[in-house]
Amino acid sequence: MSLHEPLPHDSAARHASGEALYIDDLPEPRDLLHAAIGLSARPHARLAAVDLAAVAAARGVVCVVTAADIPGVNDVGSAAHGDPLLAAAEVEYAGQAIFAVAAETVRDARRAARRAQVTYHDLPALLTVDDALAARSFVLPSKTLVQGEPGAAIARAPHRLSGRLDLGGQDHFYLEGQIAMALPQEGGELKIYSSTQHPTEVSHMVSRVLALPCHRIGVEVRRMGGAFGGKESQASQIACIAALLAHHTRRPVKLRLDRDDDMVLTGKRHGFRIDYEVGFDDTGRILGVDFLLAGHCGFSPHLSGPVNDRAMFHADNGYFLENARIVSHRCKTHTVSNTAFRGFGGPQGMMAIEQVIDEISRHLGRDPYAVRRVNFYGKAPRNRTPYGMEVRANPLPALTARLARTSAYARRRREIAAFNRENPWIKRGIALTPVKFGISFTLTQMNQAGALVHVYTDGTIHLAHGGTEMGQGLLVKVAQVVANEFALPLERVRITATSTEQVPNTSATAASSGSDLNGAAARAAAITLKARMARVAAAEFGVPAGEVRFANGAVRAGNHTIGFDELARLCHRHRVSLSATGFYRTPGLAYDPAAMRGEPFFYFAYGAAVAEVEIDVLSGEYRILRADLLHDCGRSLNPAIDRGQIEGGFVQGAGWLTTEELWWDAQGSLRTHAPSTYKIPACSDLPRDFRVAFWAGRSHAPALHRAKAVGEPPLMLAMSVFFAIRDAIAATAHHRARPRLDAPATPERVLLAIAALAAGGGAAAAGVVAA
Amino acid sequence: MGATVRFLLGEAEREIALADPTRTVLDYLRTDERRTGTKEGCAEGDCGACTVLLGEARDGAMRYRAVNACIAFAATLDGKQLLSVEDLAAADGTPHPVQRAMVAQHASQCGFCTPGFVMALAAFRLAGAAPTRAAIDDALAGNLCRCTGYRPIIDAARAACADPAPDPLRANESATLARLQALAPRTSLAIVRDGRRFLAPRSIAELAALCEEFPEATRLAGGTDVGLAVTKALQDPACVIALGAVCGLDAIEESAHTITIGATATYSDAAPVIARHYPDFGELIRRIGSVQVRNAATLGGNIVNASPIGDTMPALLALDARLILRRGSAVRELPLAGFYRGYRETVLAPGEFLERVVLPKPAPGQIFRAYKLSKRFDQDISAVCAAFALTLEAGRVSGFGAGFGGLAATPARAPAIEAAVLGRRWDEATLAAAGEAFDASFTPLSDMRASGAYRRLAGRNLLRKLYLETAPSGSGRARTRILEPAP
Ligand SMILES: Cc1cc2nc3c(=O)[nH]c(=O)nc-3n(C[C@H](O)[C@H](O)[C@H](O)COP(=O)(O)OP(=O)(O)OC[C@H]3O[C@@H](n4cnc5c(N)ncnc54)[C@H](O)[C@@H]3O)c2cc1C
Ligand code: FES
Ligand code: FES
Repeated sequence: MSLHEPLPHDSAARHASGEALYIDDLPEPRDLLHAAIGLSARPHARLAAVDLAAVAAARGVVCVVTAADIPGVNDVGSAAHGDPLLAAAEVEYAGQAIFAVAAETVRDARRAARRAQVTYHDLPALLTVDDALAARSFVLPSKTLVQGEPGAAIARAPHRLSGRLDLGGQDHFYLEGQIAMALPQEGGELKIYSSTQHPTEVSHMVSRVLALPCHRIGVEVRRMGGAFGGKESQASQIACIAALLAHHTRRPVKLRLDRDDDMVLTGKRHGFRIDYEVGFDDTGRILGVDFLLAGHCGFSPHLSGPVNDRAMFHADNGYFLENARIVSHRCKTHTVSNTAFRGFGGPQGMMAIEQVIDEISRHLGRDPYAVRRVNFYGKAPRNRTPYGMEVRANPLPALTARLARTSAYARRRREIAAFNRENPWIKRGIALTPVKFGISFTLTQMNQAGALVHVYTDGTIHLAHGGTEMGQGLLVKVAQVVANEFALPLERVRITATSTEQVPNTSATAASSGSDLNGAAARAAAITLKARMARVAAAEFGVPAGEVRFANGAVRAGNHTIGFDELARLCHRHRVSLSATGFYRTPGLAYDPAAMRGEPFFYFAYGAAVAEVEIDVLSGEYRILRADLLHDCGRSLNPAIDRGQIEGGFVQGAGWLTTEELWWDAQGSLRTHAPSTYKIPACSDLPRDFRVAFWAGRSHAPALHRAKAVGEPPLMLAMSVFFAIRDAIAATAHHRARPRLDAPATPERVLLAIAALAAGGGAAAAGVVAA
Repeated sequence: MGATVRFLLGEAEREIALADPTRTVLDYLRTDERRTGTKEGCAEGDCGACTVLLGEARDGAMRYRAVNACIAFAATLDGKQLLSVEDLAAADGTPHPVQRAMVAQHASQCGFCTPGFVMALAAFRLAGAAPTRAAIDDALAGNLCRCTGYRPIIDAARAACADPAPDPLRANESATLARLQALAPRTSLAIVRDGRRFLAPRSIAELAALCEEFPEATRLAGGTDVGLAVTKALQDPACVIALGAVCGLDAIEESAHTITIGATATYSDAAPVIARHYPDFGELIRRIGSVQVRNAATLGGNIVNASPIGDTMPALLALDARLILRRGSAVRELPLAGFYRGYRETVLAPGEFLERVVLPKPAPGQIFRAYKLSKRFDQDISAVCAAFALTLEAGRVSGFGAGFGGLAATPARAPAIEAAVLGRRWDEATLAAAGEAFDASFTPLSDMRASGAYRRLAGRNLLRKLYLETAPSGSGRARTRILEPAP
């Protein structure tokens, strides 16, 4: 019924009316205190003295806490230890939390937090990946993945190239900043409202920090105002600070970060430095490739291990790399610890190989799409990833061919060449890039989910599961799955807040896996309940249980039909439980993390995009003229929701690669810490002509109802924008040179790349000044 | 003197005493009224999540404009109507056409930005402009959405404009007008609380007297700079003198040779007049902030704020604009070029304020061009801004004014460039001389918006762009701008 239908988001009407409640909108309990955090002004220093007398004496202040006030363990590290809740003896980035204050008003708290007298003894600070590489400063041991004999293959290859690409990070810029509200309950228990993708982890961290057992802590989230990975593990710190202050004051405490504090305190997408060397033949086929992926992790390991692993796993994107070496350094710097962000390292790995392909094409003077085609995964033996997983039923050749046709790629490339001949001051460029993205957490144990379903005696249903809603439409999708299972209209299923008290021991809602995992768990619960109900109906009407059917809001048993609600009441009368849990674990993951070999992914999601841009040769400004996206959602559970993910992901990815620039000053302070200076795409940045389609090929997805995960993969469709810009820059030099363009491709980087080409003697437009 | 602020919240009359005279509208709505539909995404006017509508009686009708509640002070609501997202649905609960369209087009994901978009679009629909992509982009430039990528919101904008349903916001218009009339302030607002003051004089003489009495007071025009001092720097200004209620200070007058713009005229009011004479200046203003910002902000605030990257000053400098300053009854007039003493320093004397800005109309044959370079095209602060007023006679440059922003400690004219081109033939040789003069004139700094190298290169390239667009031997039919009006 509702499955595979383009139904609206469950909260759409409430979003538009303003009735949807986020944590800061909840009624405030009496006695509520507001918190603020005192941040380090230095990137690396010993805390010689932290004088908080003026903070404590400030208007409205009730409580000030430092590391010394933590009853449990001062660490909120997620995948790895090393993230102090509050810095104790040493700070390792500018913006790190040193103390927290609770006061009667938000303004009192924030003002008080600025009154600390901190004496820093500065220590040497490494601020960039280059600094860290030079000092061999890493948060985790380096890893290497090898397939074939890359060194020999490159040496033997008819053509060789090497180069470097720097990728900036990205702030999540969820519209709702980090927030948590902690409410002390009787018996030393705590109720926590947290804007988190991972309520279970919040409860674990609060448990660790306060030395409280997990069953005394309840964590709940109805919805987040955006998250994108930024609230996967970072929400814990916010919740723990609120909880710590609540613990000491015995009063409810809300911590809502000011936008600027949020942006300096919390981690971002990992920036990367990528060095490559590649050997290839006359057609552009890669014979051997050597990558060095240096991830900008910041001061602690945090989630950097799995993020960098995923970068390695995606350095092939859709291409067979017969001989490849992928070396990954996890660089430690004195900057904020970087974290999960939509794609989780995958986009950075994919940019590495796409850059290489673009370089090869420009070197050979061949169309980059042609070079992509000769490198796509194919039949055995050209179907094995560098980590040893087989790529089965790869749709990319057919999918990109279709996209090339529907977007008129070849014709437009000719038109662009003609345009560029006529226009010395405006240049156009185009690119077609594919996406292949592995679905599953690479930490195998996270691929599990639980759900809880109740049927009430009026035939309505209560649905709870471990997945959290951050805008991606997870809750409506899972409700569709459950409604479909019971053959009930969607309205009968009540979507509830996610709570550790309803479903325990959950995984983060992340890795695009939310609907695959939680949908399957909820379905399992529904199937359990159906079986119980069917037995009751079978006994009642004297038919075998196998002949009981749920259809159209009713239940048929042989020739008898009974309303779903009636059957629920019948079950109740027969004392049959109408409440069930469901559980799911992704099957078939056979992955050896020590060797980095095996099948870390359940399946791959695919897509491709063509972008056309135009750049201003004199200023470096650009705009996206047109983008055509073709994405594989399998059999979409909800095409309206999935389209939103595709479009939103693309625009967010385009932001990462174009205008979103994180800029640190020489003292290691992030200076782009608000929307005034950090520029995410605005409305006018959407391509003038924007065409989005679903790949209609047969779905081989092994996941629930043959749908495919769609949260992250479309972000990488935006690689097309970056390479279209690169194409336009190359046009200023008649495509005779390979531009050096790093990301984000701000107008500045574009102009300086043009100028560098001009300095190299290749500029088409007379009068372009070299830098 | 009134000590309380009286206004309409929706259709309900409110009279509030402000314990904190610079409390924001957003804080008031969310805390006192428990209207939590209006969100805070940044508290600095950049994200639009806090968008509300301000209604004022204009020419016998209600005029609604979107503003950012996060940087608007509740004290400035005096005598106005405030609408938040909770006011949009009809009395019987029927959603506003914009709300319906947002749902139908799947235009929300996390929903946090949605009320702000709804309000911005409600104002857009009410204004009745054709919903072209360019108009929608402009109406929404001040609203950030991180989830949707905007496509469905643009479609919702179109759908809402196409919806023939009458606008519920007009349903009560005459009653609203009557109510507003009834609570129109008859005396000046003067809030004095714990030694802090918020004064809103109603005449220029009163304003002048207060400025002399409180020479250290913060003068408040649109508050788009002052607001940030309160929300971001956490300042509690001891004394604010608000200009907004002063009668006649928002006047925009045209004479045969000049346009005179009062200190409280908003960009939204001034832009159409300026654009008529200087289309490029109009476009430059269109790119200042967003609709919400321009509905509050003023040219005067931009000038006195004295930021080296203020956008209007390069244009005003190139056009030889003049300022009329007042202190008590003493009025003086000076060229803008003489107004800045150094980084964020002006010649304004204690107790003196800016009353009007005088802009000459274009001289015959004068060509005006303005260019703003920023990381993001819409709603961004300039890395470099340049404006040129050029007059050519028989192929020679007979008049040349150039103003630059982002290249020095203050917005600056470039006399050396002017000297290099005046009287010369407008050709490559002159352009080269201008370029050399440019390089000698500026040593721009690096910061988060751009490096000095970019500013220098791009700034110099703008001279070439001007040349291409104006010289007889310019670009011919080849295009020089990427940003043509969108379809
Ligand atoms: C989101 C956002 C985006 C922005 N984008 C841009 C942009 O693109 N380009 C740009 O140039 N600016 C931008 N600004 C800055 C600001 O909007 C402009 O500087 C605006 O013109 C200020 O006008 P205002 O009326 O709001 O000034 P206010 O904030 O009211 O005042 C600014 C300063 O001028 C003083 N002042 C104001 N009027 C007078 C007067 N008549 N006499 C004496 N002193 C006076 C005030 O005391 C204060 O010091 C932006 C601001 C925001 C919040
Ligand atoms: S909260 Fe962002 S503009 Fe007001
Ligand atoms: S829907 Fe999430 S920010 Fe717009």
